Amino acid sequence: MTGWLAHLVIVPILLPLVASAFMLSMDERRRTAKRILSLGVSALLVGAAALLLWSARESGPVAYRIGDWPSPFAITLVADRLSAMMLLLTSILGFTSLFYATARWDRSGPRFHALFLLLLMGINGAFLTGDIFNLFVFFEVLLAASYGLILHGSGTERTSASLHYIAINIAASLLFLVGVALLYSVTGTLNMADLAVSLSSAADENLALLEAGAAILGVAFLVKAGIWPLCFWLPRTYAAASPPVAAVFAIMTKVGIYVILRLSFLLFGKDSGGAAGFANDALLYAGLATMVFGIVGILAARHLTRIAGHYVLVSSGILLSAIGIGGEALTAALLFYLVSSTLAVSALYLLIEPVERHADEADIIEGISEPVFDDEYVGAIEEEETEEGVIIPGTIAILGGGFIFCALLLAGLPPLSGFIAKFALIDALFRHVSIALSHWALIALIILSGLATTIAMTRAGIDRLWTPGEDSPSRLSLVEVTPIGLLLTVCLTLMLAAGPAMDFMQATAGALHDPGSYIEAAGPAVQGGGAR
Amino acid sequence: MEIVLSLAIGILTASGLWLLFRPRTFQVILGLSLLSYAVNLFIIAAGRLRTDAPPIVGKGAADPAAYADPVPQALVLTAIVISFATTALLLVVLMASRGLTGTDHVDGEDGEA
Repeated sequence: MTGWLAHLVIVPILLPLVASAFMLSMDERRRTAKRILSLGVSALLVGAAALLLWSARESGPVAYRIGDWPSPFAITLVADRLSAMMLLLTSILGFTSLFYATARWDRSGPRFHALFLLLLMGINGAFLTGDIFNLFVFFEVLLAASYGLILHGSGTERTSASLHYIAINIAASLLFLVGVALLYSVTGTLNMADLAVSLSSAADENLALLEAGAAILGVAFLVKAGIWPLCFWLPRTYAAASPPVAAVFAIMTKVGIYVILRLSFLLFGKDSGGAAGFANDALLYAGLATMVFGIVGILAARHLTRIAGHYVLVSSGILLSAIGIGGEALTAALLFYLVSSTLAVSALYLLIEPVERHADEADIIEGISEPVFDDEYVGAIEEEETEEGVIIPGTIAILGGGFIFCALLLAGLPPLSGFIAKFALIDALFRHVSIALSHWALIALIILSGLATTIAMTRAGIDRLWTPGEDSPSRLSLVEVTPIGLLLTVCLTLMLAAGPAMDFMQATAGALHDPGSYIEAAGPAVQGGGAR
Repeated sequence: MEIVLSLAIGILTASGLWLLFRPRTFQVILGLSLLSYAVNLFIIAAGRLRTDAPPIVGKGAADPAAYADPVPQALVLTAIVISFATTALLLVVLMASRGLTGTDHVDGEDGEA
């Protein structure tokens, strides 16, 4: 890493921040300029994340110390395989959601683009930072932007859902601070790599305090990840948000998962002495409970947005219980599942609005033409059906195709990437020498969640797309179809390139289980050298 | 000093939690503010309690033992700014919710009570 490439690590944070600040000074009426600017920035972010991913794959973790201060004092950013992968996922979702938003959503309230870019900056920062207090700061940035975005478009439902969302997240942030303070009071450092080193040599009498700190910190992340019983806010809030916002929020639960993944392997990995494997069982059982709650929610949901919200919970549950069980093969599988399910849920959130819009129209028309007595118009209807029953309007074909695609991805049916992910998870579970009862429960719940998703999506699909109505006017604009198509193409690529992708995940999981190179890059042992 | 500080943190936390679980939005905001004061005091306590010790080292070589830990103070400063901003935002949402629903109940509708 030499020259300008060394400064690439900070680009995913600086670029959206500068663009967003610049946009605040622009007149609200210059919409086209803002759209071009924000789409350009998010496209550049995709490029930067891809470059970082490439360099992390080639040359391992890269640490960037702002101002070139020596390590435990500097604000450290670290781009390793996991962070770079999450960055790429975020920037893809950011780009597609912004693209979709230009259809009409960015006009329903002021400052949409500036808030959206700030959200991207916060998420990117949370993935890159190597320091738990900066993690707090980036969390607050992304939360503050998300408060604004939830409220975007206004309305009673959004306002009261966001009231709950904001209150819960402020309370969780306070827990975050308590956890940080406890960890700091015992170890005297906030740098994650430094924490990992000092935790492995922590005295036994401090262990209880350390574990209490880590547990309180963990609760703050679990609220973000939407674990049961801290998840009741999630489906309602995500359903209330406007579609492009909900689509990018699909990554926000994954921020919580990412931090838990990173910290539990870094701080409580196999080298960390007395605290090794801390809270793994708690994660496993809480994850299972979340899955049960999510599955019931999926089956009970009457609206597609609720189905998607509960699916987010199910995927959080799967990821958390897989983290709780651990093991390299399972970690690789869960990373693959994380990427695939995030893309699929995001595509579903984008798809819901056009589908429901169509269904709403059908409902209205149906209401008018409904016969008062069942047998009254039978003849007339049959006659019409023979004439034009076979014509499927283009809009429905596209929506239906996308819907089937999403349903297959979410339910994990072959041949798409959702299936590969779930197969890898179950395969990794079976490779354990002895399969505990909880592992069987996880396997059963993974399969059950697929069944529940299939049932719910089939029901919703029949209801929204098959219910006969008049030909719907094809009002589906290209701006709305393209991002959905892009997301599904990424999933398709993930399916076709499952081999190389899985290899990458394996290496990432290996690096997570053996955080030596991360600690070496970001920790205090390295002398001098700002950006190595 | 320890007992006073821990009592203060305890009382602030207890009152904050009680208010947080109340049904009126204004009580929830006050509860969150009290909780954030408690957390700020807690962070200060995490850096060990010292009196008459400056957090900033002057020129020349200095004995670190004579100084207070500056990191928790920096953390508290950041935390205060952030909680101030989010409280302000929550207040705006509270007002909007009051205007839209006509009630100050957290669920946007009054129960039977």
